[in-house]
Amino acid sequence: MAERFKIAIVGSGPGGLSAAARAAERNISHVLLEAEPHLSNTIFLYQKGKYVMDEPAILPLRSPIPFEAGLRETILGKWDESTAKLKVNVRYQHEVSAIQRRADGIFELRCQNGRTVEAEAVVLGIGLQGNLRKLGVPGEDLPFVQYQLDDPEAYEGETIVVVGAGDAAIENAVALARQNNVIIINRKDEFARAKKGNEQAILKAIDDGVIECYYNSAPEKVEALSAGRKPGRMILNTSNGRAQILLDRVIARLGATAPRGFVEGCGVVFPSKDPASVPAISAQYESNVKGLYIVGALGGYPLIKQAMNQGYEVIEYITGNPVEPADAPLLKAKFNNLKGIGTVEQTLAQIQRNVPLLSHITPLQMREFMLDSDIRTPAQGEIIFERNDYTNSFYSIVEGEVHIVVEDKPAPVILRRGEFFGEMSLISGRRRTATVKAGPNCILVETPRRSMNRLISSVEAVKAEIDRAFITRAIRSRFAAEASPEQLQDLASGASLKRYKAGELVFQEGDEGDCLHLVRLGSLTISRNIGGKDIVLTYVAAGNYVGEMALMGEAKRSATARAAIATETIQLDGAAFKKLLNRIPALRLRLQKEFKDRTAANLSMQALPGGGDIISFLMAQGAGEATDILLIDESLCVRCDNCEKACAETHGGTSRLDREAGPTFANVHVPTSCRHCEHPHCMKDCPPDAIRRAPNGEVFIADNCIGCGNCVRNCPYGVIHMASKPPRKPGLIQWLLFGRGPGPGEAPYDPDAEHDPKLKKAVKCDMCKDQAGGAACVRACPTGAAIRISPEEFPAYAQSRR
Amino acid sequence: MHDSILTYAKSRYLWISIVLCVVSIALYVWHDPAVAPNGGTWLGYTLGTIAALLIVWLMLFGIRKRSYATNMGTTRGWLSAHIYLGTSLILITLLHCGFQFGWNLHTFALVLMLIVIFSGFFGVYAYLRYPTLMTRNRESATRDAMLEEISEIDQNALNLADGIAPEIHAVVLRSIENTKLGGGVLTQLRARDGSDIAIAKIRSAMEQRETQLGAAPAPMQAGQTMIMMVDFLAGRADDKQAEALRKLIDMLSRKRSLATRVARDIQYQAIMEIWLYFHVPLSVTLLAALIGHIVSVFFYW
Ligand SMILES: Cc1cc2nc3c(=O)[nH]c(=O)nc-3n(C[C@H](O)[C@H](O)[C@H](O)COP(=O)(O)OP(=O)(O)OC[C@H]3O[C@@H](n4cnc5c(N)ncnc54)[C@H](O)[C@@H]3O)c2cc1C
Ligand code: HEM
Ligand code: HEM
Ligand code: SF4
Ligand code: SF4
Repeated sequence: MAERFKIAIVGSGPGGLSAAARAAERNISHVLLEAEPHLSNTIFLYQKGKYVMDEPAILPLRSPIPFEAGLRETILGKWDESTAKLKVNVRYQHEVSAIQRRADGIFELRCQNGRTVEAEAVVLGIGLQGNLRKLGVPGEDLPFVQYQLDDPEAYEGETIVVVGAGDAAIENAVALARQNNVIIINRKDEFARAKKGNEQAILKAIDDGVIECYYNSAPEKVEALSAGRKPGRMILNTSNGRAQILLDRVIARLGATAPRGFVEGCGVVFPSKDPASVPAISAQYESNVKGLYIVGALGGYPLIKQAMNQGYEVIEYITGNPVEPADAPLLKAKFNNLKGIGTVEQTLAQIQRNVPLLSHITPLQMREFMLDSDIRTPAQGEIIFERNDYTNSFYSIVEGEVHIVVEDKPAPVILRRGEFFGEMSLISGRRRTATVKAGPNCILVETPRRSMNRLISSVEAVKAEIDRAFITRAIRSRFAAEASPEQLQDLASGASLKRYKAGELVFQEGDEGDCLHLVRLGSLTISRNIGGKDIVLTYVAAGNYVGEMALMGEAKRSATARAAIATETIQLDGAAFKKLLNRIPALRLRLQKEFKDRTAANLSMQALPGGGDIISFLMAQGAGEATDILLIDESLCVRCDNCEKACAETHGGTSRLDREAGPTFANVHVPTSCRHCEHPHCMKDCPPDAIRRAPNGEVFIADNCIGCGNCVRNCPYGVIHMASKPPRKPGLIQWLLFGRGPGPGEAPYDPDAEHDPKLKKAVKCDMCKDQAGGAACVRACPTGAAIRISPEEFPAYAQSRR
Repeated sequence: MHDSILTYAKSRYLWISIVLCVVSIALYVWHDPAVAPNGGTWLGYTLGTIAALLIVWLMLFGIRKRSYATNMGTTRGWLSAHIYLGTSLILITLLHCGFQFGWNLHTFALVLMLIVIFSGFFGVYAYLRYPTLMTRNRESATRDAMLEEISEIDQNALNLADGIAPEIHAVVLRSIENTKLGGGVLTQLRARDGSDIAIAKIRSAMEQRETQLGAAPAPMQAGQTMIMMVDFLAGRADDKQAEALRKLIDMLSRKRSLATRVARDIQYQAIMEIWLYFHVPLSVTLLAALIGHIVSVFFYW
């Protein structure tokens, strides 16, 4: 007979733990099921001595369990203490593998260890880390088989088999190889999945014979040996048959299975296939399965304090106590500048009524959306953003109107209540295409990129509506100078969105040209086959169109267009476009002129020996997604490292660029330094949303970084470091005259560093957005070897390298 | 876009310097003082003052270079101006003193200044020439990567040698101890490393062993030695040893080529830096001498 509880809580992260503690405090029958033999595995796995931060600072904590910023060890210690004190009913090593709601409304929770638990309500707080993927062969749980590696220095002189081909496996293998005999097992015949730096490191280690690699191989079983020098062996299936490895240790780094499958297995519905989407839950955290509640990171709230508050609240809701959420005061504060508002709920509902786009989302999503957003009430005529700004937030018009200033048209385009704007830069990652000014009585909701993207990926209807508006507006902004909206309607209705992977063909030289592409995200390279070799002629950034040449004269494509990075285009129907051209001679004339300029530019590029090679090289370095990239001319660079010194000196003692590292082609060197990507990978998983884009395009990390290191892992170019704040340095004159303190560009010496653990935060290039004169690295280079350019300048740059 | 310090801003400072020089020459030719032209005439004073101000400004470059947060132009612009205006000093000071020299502090200051300027010329030459050579020499590895590879090779070579024969092990060990890259200024500039010695040692160890075994050591070339060694081992030792020896030699050759490249890398860098060790201290001395010069001429007066 299974045990029966009122509430079963799955996962003892901050969310689940706080829920269980609240239940214990209120003497509600409960059980807390945790897969691991300890509490809060996500936090348990933080680096030893990590300083845990309590962002957002303004949010009050509401939980019987204490939490304030401090060392991981202190926090976990206190949690263990209060769990014991409150007599929380924890069951360790109870990994829940299935949750089923019986017809009588009772949930059955089956655990991996065979136990079953029954409960009237379930709180799911399993976070997003997922379960580490195991080997999936006999022996996967032997004591010398591990799925984590904290400290590679801890092993010495062992024979270690590393399984996996991702970044984690490579980093572990390379680090272990310093003191051990390492063998790496790769299912494929390459390491292409890893970051470039890691790939190079592992290939080199294999080349040098430091690490032995079995390609195209997979473990068949692992066995413990009782005799012999080694404690175990692995039997391996290789392409040449079976092999045996005697070993001391197996470290398998196979990534984690996202918890989504398990959650879906419980009956919870996700709104879209997009991995970024979160399940829709009510304002009481209840999922579509009645009685199944979701709190914490899994529900889309990636910070500890939020998760803890939700844990507390969910118990109140389950027991029928309608507490006001802890974030209500925050929302109230946001609504302060609205006149005559009612309760928070009323205001939220009012906004949803006014903006049709937001009517598609659930109340909880709306709450979250508004927590991240700002209400703006600009005075009439105030500029909301300016053309060519790099900001990427999204605006919904709750009340009043805004005026979009269109170049070479006297009358502005007016958007009214219920409409939205700012989606162009949000999607393309590029500069604002027009200036927007506030009209009379304007009330706007400004939403940052991350929240908007999360909404787009979670709610299909929102995505569809935004895409529709994007297409119409993109076409209009391109051709509105000559054509009327009615004339363009035809074109818009025949348009469709196309998606291309990096390197994929958009169209090929010689193909029949029957359509035209407006690049909406990403970028393309245009190349021609000359003498059997693809010569890159130019680079087309988002916001431009390609393929019109074939529609204006020659019927065949005169060049090949290829996605430089992951790219989306709006494909416009050729016939409709031709019709438009025939109707509007002025448009034809303009396009013909642009066409002529392009052809001339292409020809001059073609005439350059090797000119396109530089563009190809830069594209291969991922420069196609950059907005601003640091290039060093190695024929000018005197290796004085003044650029690095300047960076360190203006940025708290740590240089954010590594001049020497990075590839070189024809003396053009791409150092390891941030490129301020159009769609920065580093922004992807930042729990406090600390990575932002400034109006001039600088991608920077704000002070509310919690030091989790996700961005370090997500940046493919390895340009983010973790660093602590340095102590102050004596000034330059003091150093020059009296030799005081470390010299310019040298790391400051910190006398307290040893005994005072420092909170480490992520640091990266911010393109010197706070320096009046601009990028310090470039300004400090005595020979002009260091420059920063944007991809639009690549063709001109390639030509100047002659 | 990339352009060198000489062509910076379409060589703006070259033109400024040329104008400065032409005007000075014109004034000098036009000026007809009662005595022979010298620093004491009004033109002499004027040119002297210009020169002195220029020198002070040139010295300020050292501070500008380290003022990373300033927004007073780019360092490159400053250096371009530094070079051209610095060069124009030669003419301006010569005109200032009216080509009068003597064994005195004044001429000492002038000579110092010329040394500083000519060291500057060398610097410009080095800055234009060595960066490209350096890139070519590195073959797109970094110096650290090369050094790391060397130490890896050392480790592996030791392990290998361990399995061959104790004397080979000793030789490899000593060779590792002897590989010194960098070191003093002179070593840096000479670009040499110790791995040649190691290979020679292995060779002689092999020869020794051959002598012990009764065969007379024939004089031979390095390449021949290697083949001989392998032959010899293949004949008298087991295959494994022969194989190991061949590998060892491969490794040491690779190491030699790496070490040569690192040494050259260090050499290039040293050349690009060494002249500054003359340029800067001498310019400070120059400043002192200049102050002396100015003070003394006012005393004379
Ligand atoms: C390196 C790093 C540093 C961070 N630093 C901070 C910080 O300084 N400040 C901050 O506020 N946030 C930080 N975060 C974010 C924070 O850790 C998460 O937001 C938070 O842990 C989410 O809590 P949770 O309760 O939703 O889930 P989690 O903390 O992920 O807990 C889930 C728990 O459920 C268990 N579990 C999973 N599946 C099952 C199952 N099937 N059956 C039973 N149990 C299961 C797991 O073992 C785990 O213990 C950081 C995150 C990372 C990765
Ligand atoms: C404020 C700036 C200067 C002033 C006021 C100044 C003044 C003078 C005067 C008055 C003389 C004539 C002295 C005499 O005839 O005995 C002189 C000579 C000279 N000055 Fe200057 N001078 C200045 C800067 C310089 C500089 C920058 C240099 C070069 C580094 C220089 C190098 C000389 C030389 C070489 C002579 C000739 C000495 C000789 O006759 O043997 N002076 N200067
Ligand atoms: C009297 C004349 C000059 C003086 C007093 C002077 C002084 C200086 C000083 C103080 C520095 C700073 C070095 C440092 O701090 O690292 C410097 C750098 C330099 N000078 Fe001069 N200089 C003079 C003339 C010249 C001339 C004529 C040239 C070239 C033709 C020249 C070329 C350079 C170069 C290339 C640098 C190095 C820049 C760098 O790498 O940062 N200088 N000089
Ligand atoms: S840190 Fe990396 S991912 Fe982020 S913008 Fe810079 S280069 Fe792109
Ligand atoms: S900036 Fe990086 S380290 Fe800091 S919180 Fe965001 S993802 Fe984590």
